[in-house]
Amino acid sequence: MNTVLRPIVLIYSSIAEVFRFLGELTYLVGDAVAGVRRSLFRKQGRRLGWSNLWAQMDRVGVRSIPIVALVLFCIGAILALQMAPILRDYGAQDRVADIIAIAIGRELGPLVSAIVLTGFAGASIAAELGTMVVSEEIEALRANAIDPIYFLVVPRMLSTTIMMICICMVGDTSGVIGGMATADAFVGLSPTLYRHHTFDALKLKDFVTGLVKAGVFGLLISAIACRLGLGVTGGAQGVGVATTRTVVLTIVALIAVDLLFTAVFFYLGL
Amino acid sequence: MSQAIIQVQSATKIYEGRTILDAICLDVFAGETLVIMGGSGSGKSTMLRLMIGNVLCDGGDIVAFGKSLRKMTPDERDNYRKSVGVLFQSGALFNSMSVAENVALPLREHTDLPEQTIEIMVKIKLELVGLRQHADKMPAMLSGGMKKRAGLARAIALDPKVLFYDEPSAGLDPVTSAEIDQLIMDLNKKLGVTSVVVTHEMDSAFRIGDRMVLLDRGKFIASGTPKEMHDSTDPLVHQFVFGLAQGPLTDRRRADGYEEDLLGYEHG
Repeated sequence: MNTVLRPIVLIYSSIAEVFRFLGELTYLVGDAVAGVRRSLFRKQGRRLGWSNLWAQMDRVGVRSIPIVALVLFCIGAILALQMAPILRDYGAQDRVADIIAIAIGRELGPLVSAIVLTGFAGASIAAELGTMVVSEEIEALRANAIDPIYFLVVPRMLSTTIMMICICMVGDTSGVIGGMATADAFVGLSPTLYRHHTFDALKLKDFVTGLVKAGVFGLLISAIACRLGLGVTGGAQGVGVATTRTVVLTIVALIAVDLLFTAVFFYLGL
Repeated sequence: MSQAIIQVQSATKIYEGRTILDAICLDVFAGETLVIMGGSGSGKSTMLRLMIGNVLCDGGDIVAFGKSLRKMTPDERDNYRKSVGVLFQSGALFNSMSVAENVALPLREHTDLPEQTIEIMVKIKLELVGLRQHADKMPAMLSGGMKKRAGLARAIALDPKVLFYDEPSAGLDPVTSAEIDQLIMDLNKKLGVTSVVVTHEMDSAFRIGDRMVLLDRGKFIASGTPKEMHDSTDPLVHQFVFGLAQGPLTDRRRADGYEEDLLGYEHG
């Protein structure tokens, strides 16, 4: 191929690939939503499979809570230590609490929780579904007239979305506590004053926008993991590739969607 | 002869520009055991997937119980799948569930039976395949033959009218393979089901088959009773049935341009 045309073709095919993947994700989420509706109104058999949903929530969320709490506690502490000297120069070191509350509540809480959950749940979902494809389990489900979207994807999407919101709340709290402990120990800001500043700075809309982000991030993590897991080809190697791609693609997608959210909230004045 | 319950009418399947099945026609009659034979890559497993309805034909059609699989709505196709059972090559058990849970899954998903009734039904199905004592084991703890039997118990959970078997004896030792064959014959007798078996194991095919079909490179080659296939004078059928090293199948492989590939030139 012509050396001038080659990069153009490469860029064009990459963009086409991104749009194709986005289209597939949209279809998968749409099918999952339809799957929830259909399963709730089934005439026979189990409705939704609550035991499956609880099991997924435990696997996806409960086990990642200590890690998210630890990471955000550290981030709260780091922020306090980084911001205190600068704010002290302006005589506003008690505003450390305000900055940490806003930064964690609106931005770092949902994003860091989502990144931890990507490694924890996203990779595990992709590997599990990929292995099921390789061992003909997905085909066996279809042969038994059981829709893999309703049976496998719906519980994973629901559990990841719900647990992402819960984890984010735990992470937000842990981040604020990390900042408070550090501010008390090294900045000389009492916990009472810190708490007072935090509640003054953090409006309900900050907390809610953070949780909305968390919910969307949860849906994104599970949708990418399910799509790549169910699309595995080529045996064990394919499972490995899908798992790695899930982690990388999800982190890129999370940051891109976070930017989009921030821009929209900025525009709307939220 | 009894009526055809599944009719494959010029079924064609194409993957990425390659014709996997080329206008195959065959009938499956009620109560019989039809064996679909062929070498690796002959399209026999694809044929099975088309007959299950997991994959649809690109050309032609498959009519099951009087209805076209291509024209069925997704719900109608699901209802058709509930009336058939499938044993996959690997057993395809759900690894996160015990043997009993695997067998119970179709019952839990497609019926409103109380849990106690489902438990009894699971025990009956597992007893039929000789695995009642292993109900609580996880698939990872089972041998190859046990996995296939557990897969078979799941396949018969909803009392299907037709049972499809994908390479039931593949990867098994001769004794276990013979046990699985015996089980297939017993189930046919006890449950009165129609069976479609995909295999390339000749001993097994002759043991269980009422009728045989031979596919080669996606094309229909021959069909007949085991005796007719055994006595066939068609060189391709003869070579396949007797597993001969010399014949049209191996001659074709030798004439695939090896010399040109090795020496890096093409004949003009």
